[in-house]
Amino acid sequence: MDNKQLEELITTFDQDIETTEGKQYLEVTLPADKLHSFAAQLKENDKTRFDYLFCLTGVDYGQDLGVVYHLRSTVHSHYIVLKVRTSDRENPKFDSVTDIWKTAEFHEREVFDLLGISFNNHPDLRRLFLDSSWGYPLRKDYVDDINIVTK
Amino acid sequence: MEEKVKNITADDQQEYVINMGPQHPSTHGVLRLVVSLKGEIVQNLIPHIGYIHRGIEKMCESITYPQIIHLTDRMDYLSAHINNEAVCLNVEKALEIDIPDRIKVIRTIMAELTRIQSHQLWWCSFGMDLGGLTCFFYGLRDREKILDIFEETCGGRMIVSYNCPGGLMYDIHPNFQKRVKEFINYFRKTLPEYDQLLTGNVIFKERTKGVGRLSLEDAIAYGATGPTGRASGFSCDVRKQEPYSAYDRVSFNEVLFNDGDTYHRYLARIAEMRESMDIIEQLIDNIPEGPYAVKMKPVIKLPEGEYYQRVETARGELGVYIISDGNKNPLRVKFRSPNFVNLSILNEISKGWKIADLVAIGGSLDLVIPDIDR
Repeated sequence: MDNKQLEELITTFDQDIETTEGKQYLEVTLPADKLHSFAAQLKENDKTRFDYLFCLTGVDYGQDLGVVYHLRSTVHSHYIVLKVRTSDRENPKFDSVTDIWKTAEFHEREVFDLLGISFNNHPDLRRLFLDSSWGYPLRKDYVDDINIVTK
Repeated sequence: MEEKVKNITADDQQEYVINMGPQHPSTHGVLRLVVSLKGEIVQNLIPHIGYIHRGIEKMCESITYPQIIHLTDRMDYLSAHINNEAVCLNVEKALEIDIPDRIKVIRTIMAELTRIQSHQLWWCSFGMDLGGLTCFFYGLRDREKILDIFEETCGGRMIVSYNCPGGLMYDIHPNFQKRVKEFINYFRKTLPEYDQLLTGNVIFKERTKGVGRLSLEDAIAYGATGPTGRASGFSCDVRKQEPYSAYDRVSFNEVLFNDGDTYHRYLARIAEMRESMDIIEQLIDNIPEGPYAVKMKPVIKLPEGEYYQRVETARGELGVYIISDGNKNPLRVKFRSPNFVNLSILNEISKGWKIADLVAIGGSLDLVIPDIDR
């Protein structure tokens, strides 16, 4: 299935999503509360079958925080990118997709550790690399006078 | 009194917890596994990582694209060349630069040599983990020959930094083709020795066959890639799915097994070394003439947007995700490292096996710790 057909199909799943044709993959921006149900549909539907989550990235866009999901179907060999954003920098929260793709467990812990984004219903949300005395280093407003030298 | 003695006997159902690592010879790096045991049987396993977390992704946000290349060497140091290539391909894709065939072919040959030397080092340390010390000497003897080829052409032996955006740092050494061909002839003769030493060994087979089985469903759900995933039948070879460099012009087989146990993860890597030699043989006599690098602007700025590049390293799928805001340094760089993801299956596949099997299972995943921590 090419990106055009895929785009038509997934808009029938949910009306609130916003699709853009990226440089490589079809990109879908969706509201945070729709993430879990939409992701579950992408995996369960026989025509999409996105069963392989190959990358999960937390991003600090400056104003917003967001999470990007790269998905692939091992049956149909097509790709999709999901994006969610929040402007809440104090207490950012998204639904966990660990119950859909088990690989998300480690990835989400990493995002929590480095960006401070927490995930609802995650089985074991602890810091991964750093201990609790650290802030969230991948945020743009992270300050470290000793190790980060700005010219 | 009798009651008390009964409480501390070995068949007591009490669980106890031990730390394996952070300094343990079988983890080949600083990885700490907190293992819950009942007797000798592993009940649960929690990996603790981050001992060598250097914040490479954060560092990338304040440096330029050519500088990022040198940091990627330090992630998976055994696939250094392939990591470099991933960043270069991503930058070249973003700038829409056409890369001459000569560069593509040389990159592919170097990547396959990297894969062979990585599997050789894995083979010798895996054998050593299971008590076969001779393997270590055989493996390193052959690996040295590849490192010498690297040294001659790249200057470095392990941390090669041979790629740069737009091509290669310098042209290949005049001896390169001759020495690679010598090595292939030599290694075709010595690879059967590996089978004689380890593959057919009864003790080795007993310790690996059927141990730590990973099902196909779990391999996909956890995203286990590379020889680890392919031993479970998960067709995940990026070289086949999205051919980059010169992989679209060579014929090779994707090594697939269905058993998914430690023994088949071992066989997958041995078979991959043969496939890599086939790829090199197809290319080594046909390196096209041409420039070894395209002239690039002194300051590389990527157009605003998002770029993703997948490559196949010796351990699995490496993804480089760059978000650019149009400046000379990226807004965000994410490395989807294969080892980080492969580590997450360790708990699943080692449950119910003895603690001595954990060494075999962990060895068969071929983890490189700096790539996990980044």
